[in-house]
Amino acid sequence: MSMDSLKATFFAECEDLLDALSEGLAAMSDGTADPETVNAIFRAVHSIKGSGGAFGLEDLVSFAHIYENVLDQIRAETLDVTPAVMKTVLRASDVLAALVEEAHAETGQQPEAMAAVKAELTALSSVGGASSESGLEDAFSFEALPFEAIELSDLGDLGDAGELTGDARYQITFKPERALYENSHDPVILFMALADLGDVVVECDTDALPVLADIDPAESYLSWTVTVSGDVSREEIGAVFEFVEGLCTLEIALEETETLPPVGDAVEPDGAVDAPITAAGPSEPAGKARQSAPQSKRPTLRVDPDRVDRLINTVGELIINQAVISQKVVASGIAQNSDLMADLDDYGFLARDIQEGVMAIRAQPVKPLFQRMARIAREAGDATGKDVNFVMEGEMTEIDKSLVERLTDPMTHLVRNAVDHGLETGDERRAAGKSSQGQLCLSAEHRSGHVMITVRDDGRGLNREKILAKAIERGLVAKDAKLSEAEIDNLLFAPGFSTAETVTNLSGRGVGMDVVLTEIQSMGGRIAISSEPGKGSEFSISLPLTLAVLDGMVVTVAGQTLVLPLSCIIETIRPRTGDIRPLGPNGHVLSIRGAFVPVVSLGAILGLDNSCVDPESSVLVHIQSGGANPVAVSVDDISDQRQVVMKSLEANYGAIPGVSAATILGDGKIALIVDPDAVSKMAIEADETPITFELEI
Amino acid sequence: MSKTVLTVDDSASIRSAIAFALQPKGYKVIQAEDGRAGLAALKANAVDMVITDLNMPNMNGIEMIRAVRSDRTLDGVPIVLLTTESQKEKMLEGKQAGAAGWIVKPFDEQKICAVVSKMIG
Repeated sequence: MSMDSLKATFFAECEDLLDALSEGLAAMSDGTADPETVNAIFRAVHSIKGSGGAFGLEDLVSFAHIYENVLDQIRAETLDVTPAVMKTVLRASDVLAALVEEAHAETGQQPEAMAAVKAELTALSSVGGASSESGLEDAFSFEALPFEAIELSDLGDLGDAGELTGDARYQITFKPERALYENSHDPVILFMALADLGDVVVECDTDALPVLADIDPAESYLSWTVTVSGDVSREEIGAVFEFVEGLCTLEIALEETETLPPVGDAVEPDGAVDAPITAAGPSEPAGKARQSAPQSKRPTLRVDPDRVDRLINTVGELIINQAVISQKVVASGIAQNSDLMADLDDYGFLARDIQEGVMAIRAQPVKPLFQRMARIAREAGDATGKDVNFVMEGEMTEIDKSLVERLTDPMTHLVRNAVDHGLETGDERRAAGKSSQGQLCLSAEHRSGHVMITVRDDGRGLNREKILAKAIERGLVAKDAKLSEAEIDNLLFAPGFSTAETVTNLSGRGVGMDVVLTEIQSMGGRIAISSEPGKGSEFSISLPLTLAVLDGMVVTVAGQTLVLPLSCIIETIRPRTGDIRPLGPNGHVLSIRGAFVPVVSLGAILGLDNSCVDPESSVLVHIQSGGANPVAVSVDDISDQRQVVMKSLEANYGAIPGVSAATILGDGKIALIVDPDAVSKMAIEADETPITFELEI
Repeated sequence: MSKTVLTVDDSASIRSAIAFALQPKGYKVIQAEDGRAGLAALKANAVDMVITDLNMPNMNGIEMIRAVRSDRTLDGVPIVLLTTESQKEKMLEGKQAGAAGWIVKPFDEQKICAVVSKMIG
């Protein structure tokens, strides 16, 4: 096992713990928390600290430590959870998450808010700190305190001074109790450890040994006197006996050495002979009820996602195989109502059940993602001084895990944007007759094979005039262009567009909305905007439930079988005479409900067929994908609509423009899956080129 | 003959960290994710020492120590607790149950190795 995979496990664990933390904190701020919630919160921070230490993440550990202290006081109810305390605790969870992120990215930076939140926490822990016992504990355990460091180095100096005076000689009297052996300690190992420190003389006192007949084999009868001489300190000797404290009678005495200075330097403040150490370890009352939390964690399985992917892939093949067999059986002339056909149908159902089951392994609720967004919204609200009420809806909606991960960046951007640009300040809101607290709502729901995720704010809405003006200024649209509201909204996604006059340090972090669009499209999704001035804006992201399987329409073009993703298809049309109108030398447009949509030959675009087919005799599929303009692609025929398993072409062959992947159909034939976005872009480029030529002539 | 250390912890990263620290020193490390699995691993393997977490599902560290100490076939094995400074009363409880020592979290490689060599050489 390498350090890297070790760290990967650690960070995966941290993610789970941070999720549990934000879940608990959410319950706490809703007032739905019970004592177990507080325990769970404490445990999460505690575990992060514990594991963090193993990786030498000092910032993380020292921060988690103070955080833990405050949570401990909340748990012990010595600190009241006022709104102010809650805010600090929430901010601290943000900082902790940021610290984990920094540690993961190995940037070596500290989160900006860390110092401030740390100070707040420290203040809280001293306010609620009530019991002197926990204060003591802090002083002893919190190594990062500067005072502590000074004391430690002072001690070191003392030790050095001692060394200068020469070797020391200690006499140790050691009498084990029965419990020492019961806890499986071995005196020999202790003596060997002492021998590592210096010269050792061991004498065994067997006086207490009874006659053989009376011996209880589990009892302790022996005691020892050990003399250790050499360059050794009392602390070092004490450390050897650390684990047996309380399980034995132990005296460590410093004997005179030849080079001992004449003045009382050697006189220990607590006398030359230590009091017998009989109290076991720290003197904290053992009976104090600091309940260990009941374990309510459900056992889970951590599986390498690659394995699940392989399974999904194989199940996909199984379904294809079932289809192939069915077709062959049908072709062999067996009656449709035969037993074999019924069994084959069962086979198909079972295969699909397995597929759904396997998909469910990868599915996970969007809740952790939403909770992370709550944090982003809080941070953004703090940075802009806006009061944001964050609401989640449908957070238990499940989507593919890989989608959850890939949604993080685009969602972060949308949420920051909504707080930074969408929501107004409290004063502006009051002036507009709204409540001073801005609403930001994230919702998720399943909608016919897709999952719909929306980011909705009740802010000022999009300023379309400003967007258009900016787009014209940036040369993204012509000066006299007449654009519909939706077209103006979509300009937000154009590369190089940013509505903020000055780039704020919040949303203006280099990426624009075009990156959001690209990211969503690369997941096979779409994004739409709706906005009403003064009322707010809504960004809706529609995603396929999984990336591995696609609902497709099987079409034939120039003798080839192709698959069009169903998600991009608006409708299919068999045009009537007059629906198709010529435009330019070769171009056609489809008139549909009063609008014109360019008609492109899918065969020509993909280079399958260069002959000009009469669009009126073909079938048109009206498609729109992402931010691209709708087009009507002409195909020879539509043969089927089915789920297909996507196989990457790029991984096995190479990238082909206009084609996103390939699949194997029921009859064993390979079909290419069309990338609708690329096709409409290619269509527009192909369309524009000849016109430019004409103008040049 | 290399010595075998059993690490019992519900956190995989802690278990891995312990294995990572001890394996280069020639110890064989086996892992279990809770007290119950730890007890089973103890019965199935010749284990020279156990490092166990306190707070675990199914069977916690203290319960596991009690179970080991009350099992005549296992009771000689040294068990070291992984504790934290905020749980000193737990440490005491562990000692009363029969733990041989403790490692304070957060720990580092040296600390682990030092404790293991302290216990089993």
